[in-house]
Amino acid sequence: MTAGSTAGASLGVARGWGAWKQVIIVGLLFAGAALYLTLVGIVGTFEERDVIEDVVTVGQGVLLLTAIAAGYAGARKAPAGATNIIIAAAVTGLMAGAALSLLILVGPGVGLRDYLPNASPDLYNLISGADLLSVENTRDMWRGDAFPTTFWFPALIGMSLGTLGGLLSLLPRFVRNLIIALTMALIVMGLFASIVRSPMLQHDLTSGLARELFASNGLRGGGVITVVGLVLLAYLAWVLLKPAQRYRALPPETRQHPALVIPAGALLLLFVLLLPLGFTGFIPSVIALVALYALMGLGLNITLGLAGLLDLGFVAFFAVGAYTVALLTSVGDFGLGWPFFMAIPFAILAAMGFGLLLGLPILGIRGDYLAIATLGFGEIIAILARSDLLKPFIGGPAGITNIPKPLASIGIEVGPDSWLAGPNQIYYISLVSIAVIAFVAVRLRDSRLGRAWVAIREDEDVAEALGINLVQTKSLAYMLGAAFAGLGGAVFASLYGSIQPSSININVSILVVTIIIIGGMGRIPGVILGAIVIIGLPELFREFAEYRFLLYGVALIMVMRWRPEGLLPSQVGRQEMHHEEGLTMEGEGSGPPSAATTDATAAAGTNGGA
Amino acid sequence: MALLEARNATKRFGGLTAVNDLTFDLDEGAIVSVIGPNGAGKTTFFNCIAGFYQIDDGTISLAGTEIHELRPDKIARLGLSRTYQNIRLFGGMTAAENVLVGEHQHLSSSWFHAVLRTRGQRAEEAEALEEAHRLLDYVGLTGGRHDLLASNLPYGDQRRLEVARALATSPRLLLLDEPTAGMNPAETRGMTGLIRRLRDDLGITILLIEHEMRVVMDISERITVLDYGERIAEGTAAQIQSDKRVIEAYLGKAAAEAEAKRVGAGAAEVAAAPPGAAPEQPAAPAAPVQPATPEPPATPEPKD
Repeated sequence: MTAGSTAGASLGVARGWGAWKQVIIVGLLFAGAALYLTLVGIVGTFEERDVIEDVVTVGQGVLLLTAIAAGYAGARKAPAGATNIIIAAAVTGLMAGAALSLLILVGPGVGLRDYLPNASPDLYNLISGADLLSVENTRDMWRGDAFPTTFWFPALIGMSLGTLGGLLSLLPRFVRNLIIALTMALIVMGLFASIVRSPMLQHDLTSGLARELFASNGLRGGGVITVVGLVLLAYLAWVLLKPAQRYRALPPETRQHPALVIPAGALLLLFVLLLPLGFTGFIPSVIALVALYALMGLGLNITLGLAGLLDLGFVAFFAVGAYTVALLTSVGDFGLGWPFFMAIPFAILAAMGFGLLLGLPILGIRGDYLAIATLGFGEIIAILARSDLLKPFIGGPAGITNIPKPLASIGIEVGPDSWLAGPNQIYYISLVSIAVIAFVAVRLRDSRLGRAWVAIREDEDVAEALGINLVQTKSLAYMLGAAFAGLGGAVFASLYGSIQPSSININVSILVVTIIIIGGMGRIPGVILGAIVIIGLPELFREFAEYRFLLYGVALIMVMRWRPEGLLPSQVGRQEMHHEEGLTMEGEGSGPPSAATTDATAAAGTNGGA
Repeated sequence: MALLEARNATKRFGGLTAVNDLTFDLDEGAIVSVIGPNGAGKTTFFNCIAGFYQIDDGTISLAGTEIHELRPDKIARLGLSRTYQNIRLFGGMTAAENVLVGEHQHLSSSWFHAVLRTRGQRAEEAEALEEAHRLLDYVGLTGGRHDLLASNLPYGDQRRLEVARALATSPRLLLLDEPTAGMNPAETRGMTGLIRRLRDDLGITILLIEHEMRVVMDISERITVLDYGERIAEGTAAQIQSDKRVIEAYLGKAAAEAEAKRVGAGAAEVAAAPPGAAPEQPAAPAAPVQPATPEPPATPEPKD
């Protein structure tokens, strides 16, 4: 939106034409997106799921947001000038909507449903905003008075919302961000409604409030008002008081002053400790699972984040840990009935042993090839677990069941309503493990061994030429990763009370790697955030389970495109990933070394020589 | 006994013999240059010494120990260290951390000590860090630059950091692969001064590959010339400058003959040229040898 449109007329026209071409491309992209979202079933499936009760469903919301986003994106490609921007936004919005109009016109006639089962009468009714069809066979739509007279409906809505999106881009940033924040908050609260509502209903004090704010799946009017009010307040406070800027402006001594750090740390600890107690139903299990994957993420972070060994056979050691604990603690056919806490060290040792055994022959393999080689281990272990050969010992495909929860295994029975019910035990065990792993990881990172790992990650040959024993150093990293994978497996077996070969699959390895990459490699808060995003959110939104991997894929691509260093990267990671940008800045002056550099190095030379 | 001895060392890559039957002695405390046209096998020879490549024939020994079948880390522990033609620093680590990696073999605390952060481990780390700062200061990377990421350092500093990292292993023999490549004259002077001090102050024996003839003539006491993996000449700067085979290797046979005619028949044939002739002749071989830039893609020399 630069105001340079008065510049040379012909140039302006040429540039203008190029810009309009871009606008059309954006429009086509969003038209494709609208069609895709519709036909893949997202819109139809979530038609029953409200964001705001009786106002907007998730399915509608997805389409509406697509149209607004189309307008906004179109506006950003438009030539300068408010009129141009509005026109561009309307055009892109219209294109996105018109795609659906076209679908209504063409879809039934060509029998689209034969190929795309989601193209049902319900869907056509939904996107045309009318009860067009009562007939089951959509082809009948073309006969007689069944013609979809309101086919223009999505195009019109698209154009209006697109224009709205364009207007959004004209608003001052302050207002635009507020609108975006409000929309996001409403969506998130609408989706979380049932999760927040169920524990509130448990208590007399809050149950009335819960009914005011939330419907069974979505926000009620009261909820909308509350959310809008809270967001407004928070946003105003954020903008006017600038807490983040003020905090950053503080000198480091103040920021790290014990009077500030200790209460903040204590609050955080209290929150983490009490977290699962506020929930009922399946939420505590989700929290436990997140903690478990955070544990495994931190374990693999040593192998992958520090030493740079891409280990896709993580699940193999997970399996060894799980089966060891199962064999030692199960009170069923195969187990010895040991206490859980006694079995843990053996699970870890067994996993480490396997790590050494499998690691030694393959750690000479480099980079991508190592990933492929380790990939095989996961499969080998899974096949072994399923095999007839080992069936008498570990149960074959049926696996091992009757693994008691940790406390039950030492004879303490707790009721399902106790604060130490099954998943919570797992959660606290995972928390302790996370603390231990994080401690070990930090201590090692700053040591001789940690430096050797990073050196190997960066350049194996050079590291070796500096006297680092590659095999020894790498196998230590591999064994530590294996140990924590084993611990993860042990906790997993106890969480679910059983272990089957079907749990031993490559997805476990991939998930753990994804957690590290999304969160930010080599950094502990990043891994924990990664576990929440990758494990927690999909589990919370189980109703979206079918689209879980679609959303994963999109999220992965987006993170890799815009934040290749992860959500919470380390300082070094950020600098490395944006290295090229830094270089181009330097590069301009570096053909013949600039005078400044020359002087500096010359001075350094004479200093050193003196 | 020489510090480094290569006896009939041969390295083949398929049909290409990169180092051919090379016999080479390097006395303790010397500064020796290896020169030769692109693709002559200089870097391959370095890689063979450092253990990156296994030689196919012959032996290489360092201070009497045969090293040609040892892993690079073992060779490093015997007192050999090196730098690289294309700088190979650990870009994601700070300058000081790069040097600390070089100190790896002198530190002894295990992962167990590191997790418990024992008193011994803390003392060792503090000492190692102090040593790293000392080495960085020594090579001329002073003050605030110690905690910069290696990849963010200017080019000349990166070369210095590579030397500091190599020094951290406390080598007896240091291999420098084109230490002044891409440097401007001021930086080059700083580097040659540093190399000389390494030998004079620390007693480190130095073997360097260099294209910059001014540097070669300036600091090396002896020069070995390689061509097609074979040693074609060895001697002092003056001897090399007048060697007929060397001129041939650099200029081609025809040009060398023309050159010989111009200077006067016979003068170029004698290995030890009359002292008076030497100052005029350097211009001939020195000028075309200039390219200090990365070697052209056509070079048959395998990169590491």
